[in-house]
Amino acid sequence: MNVNQPAPPGVPYGQPQPGYTGYQSGYGGQPGPIIPPTPYGAYNGPMPGYQQLPPPGVPRAPPSSGTPPASTTARVPSGQPAYGQFGQGDVQNGPSSTVQMQRPPVSQPFVPAPVAPLVNQPAPFQPYGPPPTSTQVTTQMAGMQISGPAAPPPSALGYGPPTSMASASGSFPGSNLYGSYPQNLAPPTSLAQVHPGAQTPQRSAPLQASSFPPSAAGGPRPPSIAGPSMPGQSFGGPPVSQSNHASSPPPQAQPPMTGPPGPPPPMHSSQPGYQVQQNGSFGPARGPQPNYGGVYSGAPNFGSQPGPPQPPPPKRLDPDSIPSPIQVIEDDRNNRGSEPFVTGARGQVPPLVTTNFIVKDQGNASPRYIRCTSYNIPCTSDMAKQAQVPLAAVIKPLARLPPEEAPPYVVDHGESGPVRCNRCKAYMCPFMQFIEGGRRFQCCFCSCVTEVPPQYFQHLDHTGKRVDFYDRPELSLGSYEFLATVDYCKNNKFPRPPAFIFMIDVSYNAVRSGLVQLLCEELKSLLDFLPREGGAEESAVRVGFVTYNKVLHFYNVKSSLAQPQMMVVSDVADMFVPLLDGFLVNVNESRPVITSLLDQIPEMFADTRETETVFAPVIQAGMEALKAAECPGKLFLFHTSLPIADAPGKLKNRDDRKLLNTDKEKTLFQPQTGFYQSLAKECVAQGCCVDLFLFPNQYVDVATLGIVPHHTGGSIYKYACFQVESDQERFLSDLRRDVQKDVGFDAVMRVRTSTGIRATDFFGAFYMSNTTDVELAGLDGDKTVTVEFKHDDRLSEDGGALIQCALLYTSCAGQRRLRIHNLSLNCCTQLADLYRNCETDTLINYLAKFAYRGVLNSPVKTVRDSLVSQCAQILACYRKNCASPSSAGQLILPECMKLLPVYLNCVLKSDVLQPGAEVTTDDRAYVRQLVTSMDVAETNVFFYPRLLPLTKVPAESSAEPPAVRASEERLSKGDVYLLENGLNLFLWVGASVQQGVVQSLFSVPSFSQITSGLSALPVLENPLSKRVRDLIDSFRAQRSRYMKLIVVKQEDKLEMLFKHFLVEDKSLSGGASYVDFLCHMHKEIRQLLS
Amino acid sequence: MATYLEFIQQNEERDGVRFSWNVWPSSRLEATRMVVPLACLLTPLKERPDLPPVQYEPVLCSRPTCKAVLNPLCQVDYRAKLWACNFCFQRNQFPPAYAGISEMNQPAELMPQFSTIEYIVQRGPQTPLIFLYVVDTCLEEEDLQALKESLQMSLSLLPPDALVGLITFGRMVQVHELSCEGISKSYVFRGTKDLTAKQIQDMLGLTKPAMPAQQTRPVQPQGQPFISSRFLQPVHKIDMNLTDLLGELQRDPWPVTQGKRPLRSTGVALSIAVGLLEGTFPNTGARIMLFTGGPPTQGPGMVVGDELKVPIRSWHDIEKDNARFMKKATKHYEMLANRTATNGHCIDIYACALDQTGLLEMKCCANLTGGHMVMGDSFNTSLFKQTFQRVFSKDFNGDFRMAFGATLDVKTSRELKISGAIGPCISLNVKGPCVSENEYGISGTSQWKICSLDPTSTLGIYFEVVNQHNAPIPQGGRGAIQFVTQYQHSSTQRRIRVTTVARNWADAQNQLQHIEAAFDQEAAAVLMARLGVFRAESEEGPDVLRWLDRQLIRLCQKFGQYNKEDPNSFRLSDSFSLYPQFMFHLRRSPFLQVFNNSPDESSYYRHHFARQDLTQSLIMIQPILYSYSFHGPPEPVLLDSSSILADRILLMDTFFQIVIYLGETIAQWRKAGYQDMPEYENFKHLLQAPLDDAQDILQTRFPMPRYINTEHGGSQARFLLSKVNPSQTHNNLYAWGQESGAPILTDDVSLQVFMDHLKKLAVSSAS
Repeated sequence: MNVNQPAPPGVPYGQPQPGYTGYQSGYGGQPGPIIPPTPYGAYNGPMPGYQQLPPPGVPRAPPSSGTPPASTTARVPSGQPAYGQFGQGDVQNGPSSTVQMQRPPVSQPFVPAPVAPLVNQPAPFQPYGPPPTSTQVTTQMAGMQISGPAAPPPSALGYGPPTSMASASGSFPGSNLYGSYPQNLAPPTSLAQVHPGAQTPQRSAPLQASSFPPSAAGGPRPPSIAGPSMPGQSFGGPPVSQSNHASSPPPQAQPPMTGPPGPPPPMHSSQPGYQVQQNGSFGPARGPQPNYGGVYSGAPNFGSQPGPPQPPPPKRLDPDSIPSPIQVIEDDRNNRGSEPFVTGARGQVPPLVTTNFIVKDQGNASPRYIRCTSYNIPCTSDMAKQAQVPLAAVIKPLARLPPEEAPPYVVDHGESGPVRCNRCKAYMCPFMQFIEGGRRFQCCFCSCVTEVPPQYFQHLDHTGKRVDFYDRPELSLGSYEFLATVDYCKNNKFPRPPAFIFMIDVSYNAVRSGLVQLLCEELKSLLDFLPREGGAEESAVRVGFVTYNKVLHFYNVKSSLAQPQMMVVSDVADMFVPLLDGFLVNVNESRPVITSLLDQIPEMFADTRETETVFAPVIQAGMEALKAAECPGKLFLFHTSLPIADAPGKLKNRDDRKLLNTDKEKTLFQPQTGFYQSLAKECVAQGCCVDLFLFPNQYVDVATLGIVPHHTGGSIYKYACFQVESDQERFLSDLRRDVQKDVGFDAVMRVRTSTGIRATDFFGAFYMSNTTDVELAGLDGDKTVTVEFKHDDRLSEDGGALIQCALLYTSCAGQRRLRIHNLSLNCCTQLADLYRNCETDTLINYLAKFAYRGVLNSPVKTVRDSLVSQCAQILACYRKNCASPSSAGQLILPECMKLLPVYLNCVLKSDVLQPGAEVTTDDRAYVRQLVTSMDVAETNVFFYPRLLPLTKVPAESSAEPPAVRASEERLSKGDVYLLENGLNLFLWVGASVQQGVVQSLFSVPSFSQITSGLSALPVLENPLSKRVRDLIDSFRAQRSRYMKLIVVKQEDKLEMLFKHFLVEDKSLSGGASYVDFLCHMHKEIRQLLS
Repeated sequence: MATYLEFIQQNEERDGVRFSWNVWPSSRLEATRMVVPLACLLTPLKERPDLPPVQYEPVLCSRPTCKAVLNPLCQVDYRAKLWACNFCFQRNQFPPAYAGISEMNQPAELMPQFSTIEYIVQRGPQTPLIFLYVVDTCLEEEDLQALKESLQMSLSLLPPDALVGLITFGRMVQVHELSCEGISKSYVFRGTKDLTAKQIQDMLGLTKPAMPAQQTRPVQPQGQPFISSRFLQPVHKIDMNLTDLLGELQRDPWPVTQGKRPLRSTGVALSIAVGLLEGTFPNTGARIMLFTGGPPTQGPGMVVGDELKVPIRSWHDIEKDNARFMKKATKHYEMLANRTATNGHCIDIYACALDQTGLLEMKCCANLTGGHMVMGDSFNTSLFKQTFQRVFSKDFNGDFRMAFGATLDVKTSRELKISGAIGPCISLNVKGPCVSENEYGISGTSQWKICSLDPTSTLGIYFEVVNQHNAPIPQGGRGAIQFVTQYQHSSTQRRIRVTTVARNWADAQNQLQHIEAAFDQEAAAVLMARLGVFRAESEEGPDVLRWLDRQLIRLCQKFGQYNKEDPNSFRLSDSFSLYPQFMFHLRRSPFLQVFNNSPDESSYYRHHFARQDLTQSLIMIQPILYSYSFHGPPEPVLLDSSSILADRILLMDTFFQIVIYLGETIAQWRKAGYQDMPEYENFKHLLQAPLDDAQDILQTRFPMPRYINTEHGGSQARFLLSKVNPSQTHNNLYAWGQESGAPILTDDVSLQVFMDHLKKLAVSSAS
């Protein structure tokens, strides 16, 4: 198969040799002269193994670029070797026969130069032997990362991966292959790469590195390039890589590239991407370098050293040849978007979240409610352990449905309540087996036999189905609702309709920023849109108002009052609610008083000079108010600053960047005090959900403040440095949505499963007081709970595995209901079945949540490493057990998981796990909590943003333009792009975009006159403008939070911000590029396999 | 004797002083043998329409420990412009302003008729009066409405520049901010949590202003009103606002389930009121006026739990030590009272409820600060309404009959020392040389603070003669006492009233008759009664009675004329003749007897007894009984069951009650409607006469007495029957059926029996 394909590359390797020689010579020659060796050494030291690879790759990359596709294959090998070196060089060496053979020699020569003794001692391969190399590698890695900013390391990284990528890609032709894979080899789709000489090269790389610097810098490379350029495609690459490895310096090489005109061309073609990644500078270097200059200071140096002919570095993986998320998404859309997804069959893998499809509920819950990491569960725990594929379901019990799909039917069983299994208490569902003519039913979860209640009895037809099968939603549908009886209510009393309490910070900051004025104005109209159930005339929700700074002000807005009354409670240490009657009121009845109040609040505090605020007492107050009113409800908290006033829950500023990358970093994610946790518990007990709107100008300790919203199923919104002019729209939009959305209160969710597996772990925004019940003070259609399952017994292939998620909640009209979702999964005894029925997006959702929770307890690095190793294990297991035999050098990915590496890499380099310098502690805590309750679609786009070119498609077309991969090399200077990740929205304008486009979008004559950082497009009557604005609107409509638009001009300062989201590129904070990471992954896998 | 009576009356009118002895025994030993201590009832601010205040400052003795005020008793050397202090004999130069002084041109304070003189002092900031209403909202709708109206009405009675504040309480305590437009603001406190003054001020946002206030007060008194302007506002500025606010006051909204009392946070509300004033206006005249309609049921100062099935403590419970909350609550209110007194504010308690409201525990708030205590059945009664209105009554000058923050400084000549005082005051703990170790009442000091007083506030001040037994009668033959009362007049002026009195010394061994003749038995009875009541607050009732009896017997032994062991020979001189009778009625009075009274009532009665002037006190001890008949003009009759005759109308004034009692025949006549017949117009007049007289009393007395109109056989007649001397009871059957009087169904001893025993004991040599 593909695997075989790599073989050909082998040939190319052969070619490279010449290149090698060339390099060698170069190395040999130059090493002497320049001091750099030491620095390189340094790099080597720190760099982790997998990065080392990159370095070598880098140099190759350039050449590869020069050499088009062919080169990729050629490079592949080279890359592989590199992996081999790192991980299991020896082993690999063994297997990778031909190519490696070839290389070794080459590498050897290199080796000698730098670390002659070591290299020599072992066999050509041996020298690279794991121990030394690995260590070196790692060290290098570290170095690279650390020195990230410096030109050399980054470049090295970038290169490294490219090479590896190349290998991968080699085996995996481009996207086409993918396309084909599914068809042909669907399941085992794998990317095979030959790891020929790679090992050697790698090893040599480190070694060389030391020696290299000089050499690399010097002319040697150029020559090699020149030479290799031709062969380079195939062989030149690898050799180069080798040398590169040695010389993480490759970057240096590039700088030179900039100089020479020759190299550029190739660069453009394929390399640009790489350049972008880390050396983005390189690409642009020629022209734009100045911008990057600062960052890549290293470059100049390089330039100085060797100077001109450097261009050679060429060899790299062709990004086009590695699995492309865009392609996968497109394919799925094309293949599955057209027809409805019918949920009747067990264990069906639904279409991707990015695909628009209609669901027909025929007995299983819609994927909008439940998505699983795998729809085929291993029968035994041994298998599960072997595969390491997490078994998890991402459940969104109250998910909103598209208008075409009907909401779950409400079933009313009257006073007797829903029919349930006597033993496990599972609710009646389509999988229950009626026996004995319908007099009893056997529970599909625990097999217990229960009498059918007389009023529920019905005869069975000849197939054993009840006659009323189609009349009863609970027998024929996957999702439905029961009306709960009083037994399901707190204190055995039917709940009262919920209440919303608006609690507004009126301290100096809030008033000055205009927030108070804005909010009060908005609330006047917003109160007309409180959620109402069904077609109800008016909302049953009552409202209350509190303002606060250091003290709390409650308002009596009873309808009988001529004017509102304010009641100040200063005793924040012992919060209580000062009034009963008139605090929570019906909006329509009290409208004049409320309006008067909202008019007066901004005035009253216009001159406030109070800067201190309290926080916990505010929540306590809200909770107490709900308690006093004996109803569930939601608090809307609008808060501006760290609560430093003397009160319970008082916080201090503990933000300390010095903690980053230390064992104590986790404390930044943990709450400062345990107080908020117990407060959250009380809130949950009362059914008090807290939504927090933050408007901080500085550190507010989101990690602590967010505890209560998080545990009560609330949301946090954060508007840093809020300014009415610029943030008004975003805030108001979020607020409106948040107020209007349908919420379930005082909810308890229980997940029941077939005997054999058990829900063991839960992720999301909720509180758990025991191990099985997920308690949610509030739950809306955006909140997701991820549940992990573990085996506690065997499953049978016949029975499959069933999941029933029951959510007991109070609707916004105060009705107590049970929503039931059922899902049946297949069980397998063959690992291949497991891998064939996986859902990578869901997997990533789980992994991200798992990792994000991990940072609370472990250093970030540990978390990253364990993520990588788990994925490596998953993939290695596949490789070992499912893939057709092939060369160890080949990277083979299961079709369903071929995006795992790229997505995982995105998770790894997300702000939480690998923060950049500009990411604040609050941001990280904020994102961490956000992600915790995201659903699959959200995590998907959050980690891998959507990037759409805007001018490629005719402006008249209504179709969404095809997305491009999130990499700088995909950006054309002449185009305009829209990027979104669910939280951010950028409009990137290329420097040489047509004037006409500029004119029609921005209404200014030229690129230079576009205001950078613009947050809205002018409303212009032309197709392009309209189309872009429509597109933006449609993006916003798809997301639960309003995305503020930021217009970014190419080469503008803001572009840094934008580039952060080009996730396939190397990130400034040290995150690997896709290609690099893939190489690394490959190496890890090989290590496991050996 | 007539001369003495006139002398006493004259002195009382001029100086507001009544001494138990108007000639003083010259030695300590003799003085103690007099049984009744040398003491006086002082009414510091006795109304003196004839006494215009002088507009300058008093001249003080220059000796730092003396500082007595120049007075008519001083010897003056007009040539040398010197005067000699009559207390310490220090010779003092007159101040420059007195340069023109001569025998012919004397300053007022040297004229004998100005033994009492009032100075207006122009110093210190003038802060307006402050009235802080603390209003219970756990009332019945009717009551609350009546109270709201009374309060609204009171706004019009206040001086326009007075500051008013409003605190309401129920389950929570709300401090209302009065300055806000458009929205009414209040600060709310939990009713269960005791807060320190500091916390309260912090929470009310008063802390910051308070600091500069203390520093800058002398410099910038004007800045001060601004500080607390949020809670205390001049009446003229916010009366509309406040009227509305009061109008909108609702009953406490928190639900009261059946079988429960409403949760009432009186303790915290008072504490906050005290804290508020403490932080904003220390040492200026301020009244905290507490209106409560029931007992505090939660938080500090709670008197009873909210379970209705547990009744509020009775005397029985207290004796059995069964009053769970009493000690703690009392401690809380005492602490508050002391703080209030320290700051010169006063607390009035207006408690209107059918059941007890915890006056027993709260009494110290009024007692120690000179505040009023009013007890009624409901706010919707004229008793409360008129009493409350009368708080704001004005004197002949149009000034309020109230003064604030007074200090009373007593100076004595060397032969005397000060034993203590009993009245609405607290000690300032000024221990000078003239402070005796022999202690009566609030003792150990020569200065007291009276946070609030009115023209009738009267203190009993007790002295000790310290002259040695064999020492000669002191030089000049007179002992002198000076009372210096500094206070804030209701016009916010600072004033000083100085009263200097002197009495002759007499050697008790050979001039006993003089001393005897100068005995003021009325004053003595009241002074002894105050001692008794003061003791009763802390001791068991029977002990006090025993002590009183012993004193009476000793007095009789000392001053009676009798043959040993011959009770029939016992005689008392005129100046003592009424004294035993006073004691008899005192023993029966609610001040010493708790039977039939709730603890609250006892506290209420005692409160008033300890502050009223002599006349009123005597009425309290021995109610007055007038008889109306066709036989002649109305006449006072004996407070005796024999006075209850069928053809009489009786009017009894016990101070707390005015009872009109129609005799059996009269009642029948009235029932028959004779008063409406033109020919019996005289009967109509007869019926009307006591009503008019009662009206006169009702009009003037504070607090307004309970007005009872009853007749023979009426249930309310018990008020009369319980007061009269039970000379005829069901026991002395021989009286049954006699034409006079009505038998009283009681086992109490009658005055006759009492006197018989007294005589027996007095003449007995055994005791």
